[in-house]
Amino acid sequence: MKEISTGNKAVAKAVKQALPDVVAAYPITPQTEIVETIADYVTSGQMKSRYIPVESEHSAMAACIGASITGVRTFTATSAHGLLYMHEMTNWAAGARLPIVMANVNRSLGPGWNIWAEHTDAMQERDTGWLQVYVSTVQEAYDTTLMAFRIAEHNDVLLPVMVNLDGFVLSHIMQPLDTVEPGDFIPKIHLPHAIDTKHPASYGGLTGPDQHFRFRWEIERSMRDSEKVIAATEKDFAKRFGRSYGQTENYRCEDADVILVAMGTLGKEAEVAIDILRKEGIKAGSMRLRWFRPFPKLDLKGKEVVVIDRDYSFGYGGILAHEIMAKCHIDVYSVIAGLGGQEVTYDDIAEFVRKRRISHEFWFGVTDHV
Amino acid sequence: MFEIRIHSRGGQGGVTAARLLATAALHDGKYATACPFYGAERRGAPIVSFVRIDDHPIKVYSQIRDPDLVVVLDTSVMETVDVLHGLKKGGRVLINSAHPQKFAGFTSFNVDLTGIALKENLVVAGSPILNTPVLGALAKVGIVSADSAKTAIRGMFADGRNVKAAEAAYQEMKI
Repeated sequence: MKEISTGNKAVAKAVKQALPDVVAAYPITPQTEIVETIADYVTSGQMKSRYIPVESEHSAMAACIGASITGVRTFTATSAHGLLYMHEMTNWAAGARLPIVMANVNRSLGPGWNIWAEHTDAMQERDTGWLQVYVSTVQEAYDTTLMAFRIAEHNDVLLPVMVNLDGFVLSHIMQPLDTVEPGDFIPKIHLPHAIDTKHPASYGGLTGPDQHFRFRWEIERSMRDSEKVIAATEKDFAKRFGRSYGQTENYRCEDADVILVAMGTLGKEAEVAIDILRKEGIKAGSMRLRWFRPFPKLDLKGKEVVVIDRDYSFGYGGILAHEIMAKCHIDVYSVIAGLGGQEVTYDDIAEFVRKRRISHEFWFGVTDHV
Repeated sequence: MFEIRIHSRGGQGGVTAARLLATAALHDGKYATACPFYGAERRGAPIVSFVRIDDHPIKVYSQIRDPDLVVVLDTSVMETVDVLHGLKKGGRVLINSAHPQKFAGFTSFNVDLTGIALKENLVVAGSPILNTPVLGALAKVGIVSADSAKTAIRGMFADGRNVKAAEAAYQEMKI
């Protein structure tokens, strides 16, 4: 059924259909509408889940962990400072191999106080063992949330998944949404190490120097295996509902000499910039990175590459740019743009590509291209 | 792509008007996005919201810089805000006013949405509801079809006075 929905409402609708047994959450701008909507579904009886209104995000993740280890489906949502407040527990969720699904509405970190879009919040969770996906439309937020439950709970994965959507730009925009009847798209959850009171065992116990590295490797092995699960899940989603996205969404890349890489809504607006550049005779393409963890294999050999980072690692550089440089053994033009909701138009993006200087960094609004 | 900027004050329903307009466009078989500009919004402060309508999926998220149409739900914002800023050459202005107003270089329309809301007793917390009657005016200008406007309103509001107010605006506004 087609309707007009915000990004936040689209996530809530997908969660309603995935029907987690437990939702534990704490509101935070610009995510609040997600948990408010879910709370409304639960209190009005439209969604038979246990909703735990906790007193902090640390507790929200702790409650999801406690619920998840009993073998039930769990969901939470957060943003920015809320995500960082969870940080100890996000590590725990991945280490304990719990398939928790979380929506993170990307927002800048204060101070200076700022509630608008930036990816630095999720980037600080980069090394926790969570799968991370960044979406660019209301429809994609809905579809990806549905897929996230199936991917997280797959026996070859059993890791938590974070669905990232840009604060306000996507969380609050109203776009067409075509909801589906998921049917058995998300199979019944089966957690092999769920608590069984008939066979008591301890969880999160001491692992000594002779064992701990094995558990770390198991996380990495599942991360690598998750690429196949993501691909298979997308394929089945496409077969059932007619939509798919891929680990990256490529636009006019086939014959491109220069490729622009970005994540989230900037990666979608980039397609408009590509059309403008093509008209000028510049053979440009856009590669919108969806899955940041596991990091996909990117085919960028022999291309000039421009990367937009809506994040930054102080004393180092744009995080996405440097991951691409390291993984693909290439140099890029690193553009830092859109921090704290900074307005970036398709004309600006086209200009980033026109003025590219490989192996240089450019701060939009601060430095000059040359 | 057709781009609309709506000026109002916090609490007057400018954001809901944008949502209704996008929904009506969807019923017309078009693609549409609506987005409020979120700042430190509060009741009574001037706010803007944006609507884009196109035959193709809309990939643009940045703010509308040169709208085709500007809607002013509260003409008092014009004292502090340049509502014509960036309006395309020959663009259109729709104002909530009983009195016609000329804007050099642009086509303007006016209709007394506040009067219509008060006549229908569409008042919430002391404020007349403008977001449903304005849909009638927008249908009259031809942005969406009258049927889709009414379907969008019915989908969001059970109270039939909302559709009546939109019909009144459609009838009263001269184009």
